[in-house]
Amino acid sequence: MATYQEFIQQNEDRDGIRCSWNLWPSSRLEATRLVVPVSCLYTPLKERPDLPPIQYEPVLCSRANCKAVLNPLCQVDFRAKIWACNFCFQRNSFPPSYAGISEVNQPAELMPQFSTIEYIVQRGPPTPLIFLYVVDTCLEEEDLQALKESLQMSLSLLPPNALVGLITFGRMVQVHELSCEGIAKSFVFRGTKELTPKQIQEMLGLMKPATSGQQGKPLAPHDAAASCRFLQPVQAVDMNLTDLLGELQRDPWPVPQGKRPLRSTGIALSIAVGLLEGTFPNTGARVMLFTGGPPTQGPGMVVGDELKTPIRSWHDIQKDNARHLKKATKYYETLANRTAVNGHSVDIYACALDQTGLLEMKCLSNLTGGHIVMGDSFNTSLFKQTFQRVFSKDYNGEFRMAFGGTLEVKTSRELKVSGAIGPCVSLNSKGPCVSDNEMGVGGTCQWKICSLTPATTLAMYFEVVNQHNAPVPQGGRGAVQFVTQYQHSNTQRRIRVTTIARNWADAQSQIQHIESSFDQEASAVLMARLGVFRAESEEGPDVLRWLDRQLIRLCQKFGQFSKDDPNSFRLSESLSLYPQFMFHLRRSPFLQVFNNSPDESSYYRHHFVRQDLTQSLIMIQPILYSYSFYGPPEPVLLDSSSILADRILLMDTFFQLVIYHGETIAQWRKAGYQEMPEYENFKQLLQAPLDDAQEILQTRFPMPRYIDTEHGGSQARFLLSKVNPSQTHNNLYAWGQESGAPILTDDVSLQVFMDHLKKLAVSSSA
Amino acid sequence: MSQQGYVATPPYSQAQAGMGGYSTGFGNPPPQSHYGAYGSPPQGYSAPPTGVLKPPASSPSGMPPPPVSSQYGANIQQNGAHPHSFAPPAASAPSMSPYGQPPQSVYQSMAQAPPPTQQLTNQMSSMNIAGYGQRPMQSPLSSAAPQQFQTSPPPAMGHPPTAMGHPPLSPPGQQPPSLGSPPPMATMGSMPAPPMGMTGPPGPGVHQPPLGPQGYQQQPGSPIAGPYGAQMAGPQMAGPQMAGPQTGAYPGGFPGGPSQMAGPPQKKLDPDSIPSTTQVIEDDQAKRGGQVYVTNIRGQVPPLVTTDFTVQDQGNASPRFMRCTTYSFPCTADLAKQCKVPLAAIIKPFATVPKNETPLYIVNHGETGPIRCNRCKAYMCPYMQFIDGGRRYQCGFCSCINEVPVQYFQHLDHMGRRMDLYERPELSLGSYEFIATLDYCKNNKPPNPPAYIFMIDVSYNNIKSGLVKLICEELKTLLDRLPKEEGAESSAIKVGFVTYNKILHFYNVKSALAQPQMMVVSDVAEMFVPLLDGFLVNFQESQAVINNLLDQIPDMFADTNESETVFAPVMQAGVEALKAAECSGKLFIFHSSIPTAEAPGKLKNRDDKKLVGTEKEKTLFQPQRGVYEQLTKDCVAQGCCVDLFLFPNQYVDMATMGDVPSHTGGSVYKYSNFQVEVNGQHFLSDLRRDVEKSIGFDAVMRVRTGTGFRATDFFGAVHMSNTTDVEMAAVDCDKAVTVEFKHDDTLSEESGAVMQCALLYTTIGGQRRLRIHNLSLNCSSQLSELYKSCETDALINFFAKSAYRAMLNQPLKTVRDILVNQTAHMLACYRKNCASPSAASQLILPDAMKVFPVYMNSLLKTPSLVGSTELSTDDRAFHRLMVMAMGVEETQVLLYPRLIPMHTMDVSSESIPAPVRCSEERLSESGMFLLENGLSMFLWLGQACPPDLIQNLFNVPSLGHLTAEGTSLPVLDNAHSRKLHSIISSISQQRATSMKLLIVKQKDRAEMLFRQHLVEDKGLHGGASYMDFLCYVHREIRQLLT
Repeated sequence: MATYQEFIQQNEDRDGIRCSWNLWPSSRLEATRLVVPVSCLYTPLKERPDLPPIQYEPVLCSRANCKAVLNPLCQVDFRAKIWACNFCFQRNSFPPSYAGISEVNQPAELMPQFSTIEYIVQRGPPTPLIFLYVVDTCLEEEDLQALKESLQMSLSLLPPNALVGLITFGRMVQVHELSCEGIAKSFVFRGTKELTPKQIQEMLGLMKPATSGQQGKPLAPHDAAASCRFLQPVQAVDMNLTDLLGELQRDPWPVPQGKRPLRSTGIALSIAVGLLEGTFPNTGARVMLFTGGPPTQGPGMVVGDELKTPIRSWHDIQKDNARHLKKATKYYETLANRTAVNGHSVDIYACALDQTGLLEMKCLSNLTGGHIVMGDSFNTSLFKQTFQRVFSKDYNGEFRMAFGGTLEVKTSRELKVSGAIGPCVSLNSKGPCVSDNEMGVGGTCQWKICSLTPATTLAMYFEVVNQHNAPVPQGGRGAVQFVTQYQHSNTQRRIRVTTIARNWADAQSQIQHIESSFDQEASAVLMARLGVFRAESEEGPDVLRWLDRQLIRLCQKFGQFSKDDPNSFRLSESLSLYPQFMFHLRRSPFLQVFNNSPDESSYYRHHFVRQDLTQSLIMIQPILYSYSFYGPPEPVLLDSSSILADRILLMDTFFQLVIYHGETIAQWRKAGYQEMPEYENFKQLLQAPLDDAQEILQTRFPMPRYIDTEHGGSQARFLLSKVNPSQTHNNLYAWGQESGAPILTDDVSLQVFMDHLKKLAVSSSA
Repeated sequence: MSQQGYVATPPYSQAQAGMGGYSTGFGNPPPQSHYGAYGSPPQGYSAPPTGVLKPPASSPSGMPPPPVSSQYGANIQQNGAHPHSFAPPAASAPSMSPYGQPPQSVYQSMAQAPPPTQQLTNQMSSMNIAGYGQRPMQSPLSSAAPQQFQTSPPPAMGHPPTAMGHPPLSPPGQQPPSLGSPPPMATMGSMPAPPMGMTGPPGPGVHQPPLGPQGYQQQPGSPIAGPYGAQMAGPQMAGPQMAGPQTGAYPGGFPGGPSQMAGPPQKKLDPDSIPSTTQVIEDDQAKRGGQVYVTNIRGQVPPLVTTDFTVQDQGNASPRFMRCTTYSFPCTADLAKQCKVPLAAIIKPFATVPKNETPLYIVNHGETGPIRCNRCKAYMCPYMQFIDGGRRYQCGFCSCINEVPVQYFQHLDHMGRRMDLYERPELSLGSYEFIATLDYCKNNKPPNPPAYIFMIDVSYNNIKSGLVKLICEELKTLLDRLPKEEGAESSAIKVGFVTYNKILHFYNVKSALAQPQMMVVSDVAEMFVPLLDGFLVNFQESQAVINNLLDQIPDMFADTNESETVFAPVMQAGVEALKAAECSGKLFIFHSSIPTAEAPGKLKNRDDKKLVGTEKEKTLFQPQRGVYEQLTKDCVAQGCCVDLFLFPNQYVDMATMGDVPSHTGGSVYKYSNFQVEVNGQHFLSDLRRDVEKSIGFDAVMRVRTGTGFRATDFFGAVHMSNTTDVEMAAVDCDKAVTVEFKHDDTLSEESGAVMQCALLYTTIGGQRRLRIHNLSLNCSSQLSELYKSCETDALINFFAKSAYRAMLNQPLKTVRDILVNQTAHMLACYRKNCASPSAASQLILPDAMKVFPVYMNSLLKTPSLVGSTELSTDDRAFHRLMVMAMGVEETQVLLYPRLIPMHTMDVSSESIPAPVRCSEERLSESGMFLLENGLSMFLWLGQACPPDLIQNLFNVPSLGHLTAEGTSLPVLDNAHSRKLHSIISSISQQRATSMKLLIVKQKDRAEMLFRQHLVEDKGLHGGASYMDFLCYVHREIRQLLT
């Protein structure tokens, strides 16, 4: 039998699933004692070039509250043409089209290798994708110019039949009509007045004229498509729109000295949402917000227009000193929920040196699966390339985006689903497999994910409900089915079904098995997501304390030690890395707000709760490569001891890509050796990390901040703040060893952390 | 502003107590019974009512007989004791230059003239006599004039001769010769020096000789002098036929007993016998037409508005700018109350000055701003008296002594005048302008040039009628002719465009744009302006984009089916736009229908004909409050004038829609059932005129007066946020404000009554200026002086405006009653105080007011006041709004239209044929008449109109070939046609609005429209004929006198 490593890898490749435990404890009690819950990371739209989609409808279990999809785990009676649902044990007959079924002639969904399978289904007329640009015009000339160019360029990337719309805002909000010749027409709204969706639709003329007695009703989506002047196929209006964008001017209203420009982001978004709501409910649509500063007026304002009052910091928030925070957050949450209900998503591209109110607005993207991109300026490659990458295409030449997804989870009887953490909202669908014990977004077995990419990954948490005294039969397996319905970027409706099963294990007799089935990487990410989820609503120290306690309990459960003897403490291989992940997680910007603005924290957390396992791990514990003359590039410890004078380091934190030249290397480079033919090898050494970085830059979304620095450089702080401070100004004994760079910090090092952990784990009093 | 004003002070002028008395005493009941029946056959005036009238009339509540009579007594005594009574004033005013007095005393002495007239038996002649101070004396001598002097005099004459015998008498003694007061004026006028500049003591002497003789010489002169006289003669001869017990011809007919009024005899009254407006106009034109009117004399009565004259400003504002109801104010409040003649000035601060008159000089007093009196803040003007060697000056208004600023110091000459008197307009002229400093600007910032915003209703109606296309086409050329500052290369006025139906569309027409941008604002609940840059632009710079836009607008909305409109948000948008641009300006709104769309200021149809004639009728004219009230305030605060062009097909609640325009110095134009072919040209010429006319923005007017009286009430297209500042978002050359004055205290005869109207405004070029108009009037303790210097046209303007304002708060019937009562009262007072006792049956009218009744009667018959269900409520409200802003010229022609016989025109002469009286009797079947009243124009074709004339004018062989409606007047190449067209065009040039020519054939249905303008006839919708009204007034007077 293959190792767990291989098993895990294989499962991930096939199903996009990583479970915290690959053997499941068979009772509720045991499960809770394992500390890390039975849970998994699921990537619903994992790219599967090898998986041919099936062109027919899935076969569903006929039990009304089950409706599980026929899958390889089902018992099939080929003679009777009957199959038994592996979730509810309902016996179903096959539909007539399956008449020819036999052991040798099985449909794909019954084959074991198709535990993940994708159906293409016919559901109504296909609706084109919709892209609604919401553009801030309170930008510097240069920024606006760059943004205009990016937007113009993006028109060529859109599918030709996609509908585009343009809303610009500053002091006022303008909804541009795209279909008119000869005159550029737009509808203008006051930036301070909140309007109901109905008012917005009325004002945009999206209502049918009121007929006798009854008030105007929204047009049926089909009519709307014809009459909606604000959303037009790219192919029809790209010339118009290019001109329109070209003529776009900065917000003309004068900004007095000492004031911020008045920016009506809140209203602009509510109009965008209202427009789509009225015209294309429940179809795939992206609202793409491009903003260069915080909302400064109207509902959703984050900061007043007086420059002398700075935008809220964590300090203000902790002291309850952020005036607009609650109101604005509530406003955007309401908006986000509306958007989610309609199945649309909101992207935020915020480029400014100061904060832009992501803290308040984040839920727009978090709840709808939209992107958040944060940069310093629209005139940077970070923004330009990231934006371009939104429209990147897969191996089939199709956009890496999907819309209006719903994810439904079905579990076998011993399991219930507690919740999900990811870019989703609850659909409030109560069913037999919904646990009362909520973790993350719970209380439902269905979630809406308005926008998905192949990387979108959700953390799903389960609860074992089997009672201790009702053992599962030997060899029994618990099963979970994920049914994801979504609109593919080519406008097809598709359903992807993933069915997994894991063996039950008796925790008392088979604890070693369970321990060895532990996936510490997945578990670290799953626990981190819980921590980040908590951090959104709880005080930072509480979350850290909770994480610590979980870690200590896990160590107590699985560590081998003699009581009260820290030195005797050992962890098995399958858990050995876990404490280190936790150490870096504690230091990460996801849980530490020190030195981060509220916007940055929101930005980091946003990405953390949606990326797949590998990326998430990089975020928790950045990877560090070392380049030297002494051998090929090698990954080295994220430790201050790795910072050596004759090395070049490449650190990838997901958000930043830091190339750090050691002291000597930096001197050589300054001296220009790389220009000399005889030092060709030095030139190559300098080039190597750049090439590797380029490779990462090619694929990463969003584009990381690229930092090229050297010993003593101010930007070196990006590296120094991440590495384990094993040498600090406090343990000067390390000075003589020449083995690294001391970090000027009072943070505890990994060593100290582990020492404490051991002490606490072995303590009998704990 | 005005609500409580009228109710609190019932009469339109000073006569509070008296008026109150009337309405409670006999005023009310009788007018009700009578006047109501007015329109019906004359029997209404039969005896019974008089019986009813008498008792109350004699009650004390009516006139206050005791005091009045005693006053009269005093007056009468004065005749004898005159010299004495006058001596004190003379003595008490030693500061007066001696030569200053003669003219004054001359006026005063006029009081004596009337008594003789009382002796007359001939009533008509008495009418003349009443005013004999002036006109009758002149060449077209009325036959009456001689008569009066022949018959009347002994008592009065006795005096004059004596006076004559002593020319060098001290001033007080000079009354008698004063008969000739006009002549002195004439002589003085012809003198080169300013009024006071006459040579010392001999003055009086110099004057008298010409006076007396002139006056008397004429007496024996040709008895049948002017046409007027001739006409009179006829009836007089016919006297015997009349049954009247009174000997005179007319008198018999007129006043006589009620019994005489009734029945056939009355029919025989010759309409020619009653005072004729056309005659009065003709006489004045003949006497003063073509002359130079020099404004150097205090209190001189200007020629009639209809007269063609040239003004030379020598210290008093031209009558084009300011015209008063009387040029001699009574000295005391009691007198004013007694005579009930309203004291008012009609001020048209931007009146067009003819080319041959000097435009206003601009004075710059430098950085410190115009020099003003420290106490009352009056601006430097000819009434400031420099003293103390020129170091100080005494304010002519409040008498405060002020230091002369160093930079303004100038030595005085031996006459005590500043050496630079003639170099400084502000010291020698009645009207001039000051450059205002930043202190006079909003926020102490120099103003921006104003902006014109064109706001076009593009709802279904306007699109269908072709109006939108018409406007857009027109604007392309019209905008090139925006008014500009004198000498400026191009107009500084910015332009902006908005179209709207239920929602508003703003246009960005920045010159840099390749094509215009349209910005739609559908949030009409809270209007705002969606753009700043590019909305208001210079036409020349953005011409290409604007033309592009104007080309597109009609097409863009070509297939609209939106028929609902908003209105208040449109104006709101305009105001907001101007606010954002920090400038003043004007909105041109082209609107089609009652705004019913859901928005602030939504209106509903509240036209209820059932209210006509009830207490609640006034509600039809009251604007709906709320939004529009606030809008008015916003507009005025921003200097945003609203001009409304309405194209309704049905009721639009004119009262409310016109509310904002009528308070912001704007105009309302109405084209019912608009069709491009029919009203297109009419509308366009209105639009052109409106866009091109000279105008000032963001104006505040303040009228300062000398001590003893003050401005108390203001009527016009203005907004008053306090009691003294008249705020006008804009004021153009056609807008007039009527200001009423009341006494605070006693006025002195020497110092007279001075007033200064200061208008602070922004020019079309964006300069802040102060326009000053000064006027000085006489004061007199003799009522006869007052009656003599009355100006009927100004009076009727005042009455029209005050009545039109009153009708918002009072039942129409009350308003009409008050008008009639006050008419009767004014005339009765004259009769009582200025005419000698005569038979009560005689109707005696002051000369200056002899045609007042016909105007008053016409006013009572105007659509607004007449109260008929046949008239549309909108039309009535519209009429009301128009009149509120009118000047004297406009009200004059409106209330007495010109009826010009065209069949007799002399094609070889330049002149317009003399108009005839506005009565059906003057029409002839074989004639052709042109009627115009400043608002509309009719060409009436008699049934027997000569075919060759028809052929010449219409190019059809006969009248029958003319279609009933929509006939236009072709331009043909023959003398008749050319002449007619030239007459029409010269008439329309005189008027503020263009007039649509309506061609009516006798006996056509359309003739009704024409006939309602024949104001001497019985009104089509009610209202008496001139004759009936005169009879009625006469009886009222008699009631008052008993």
